Amino acid sequence: MRLDVILRITAKLILPMMLLFAVYVQFHGDYGPGGGFQAGVIAGATVILYALIYGLGATMVVVPVAVVEALIPLGVLVYAATGVMGLLTGGNFLDYSHLADDEVHGQEWGVFVVELGVFVTVASTMVAIFYAVAGRGRR
Amino acid sequence: MMLLSMLAVTTVGVVRARNLFAVAVLSGVYSFLMASVLIVLDAVDVAMTEATVGAGISMVLVLGVLHLTKTDEARPVHRALLPLFVATVTAAILVWAVSALPPFGIADAPIHVAGPDYLARSLAETGIANVVTSVLASYRGFDTLGETVVIFTAGIAVLMLLKRTPSGRGGESS
Repeated sequence: MRLDVILRITAKLILPMMLLFAVYVQFHGDYGPGGGFQAGVIAGATVILYALIYGLGATMVVVPVAVVEALIPLGVLVYAATGVMGLLTGGNFLDYSHLADDEVHGQEWGVFVVELGVFVTVASTMVAIFYAVAGRGRR
Repeated sequence: MMLLSMLAVTTVGVVRARNLFAVAVLSGVYSFLMASVLIVLDAVDVAMTEATVGAGISMVLVLGVLHLTKTDEARPVHRALLPLFVATVTAAILVWAVSALPPFGIADAPIHVAGPDYLARSLAETGIANVVTSVLASYRGFDTLGETVVIFTAGIAVLMLLKRTPSGRGGESS
């Protein structure tokens, strides 16, 4: 654990950039390639890389298992709630046109929130599966 | 062409190799090659997904599972006849399904009608420049909700199978 200095320093340099890239992919998905799914996977990979270098215990302090498992259904709920919001504001299910004052803006908001839901579910699912697999190897 | 032949070679390698570590690495190579093919086809969003999921996450997960098992593939206990039969039938059904697709290169195929339609409408209606995103999250929002639920279901299914509960119950077989 103490000997892999190069790995630890490189990870320290690369981890913030990975997280930043995930956020970029998430929020720039309207204009460039990417979106909630890809950003979620990159964010999940950040946590997994941290776990690979610094150990599972240290990672579970930063990203607790309970939080991850609560986030998995939360993303789906955010997505579905956006759809219900479409119903409440007078449109069809998942119709974002009435979420804001004008229709185009409402669409932008809807896509933004929905992508956020996808991001949350994908990222936490990836981390949760990794925790489950890696946790079995210990002890 | 170059990429496709490399893909074919990698596939043969995956099938032939008995060492599971080699298989894991080769499937990562396969994913990166596939991502390159998708970039050549201008499907950048899908290429990104393939590179991150196929070559990134699933590699780590496969290696993690490999840590729990032996690294060499066991000799098959059964004859391969039944799997061969299932694979042949599935392939036949897929080939049969291809016959229901619109003829190749026909002008009024959905891709030539709906595609330009989306391209023309997307920016004006949703204000989103990347048509992939607007189709995915707005026009086909219901499909994407289904996909998210699929990921959610897969996640909790894996957790149910693998998770150790803090009290020591469940999955504590060994």
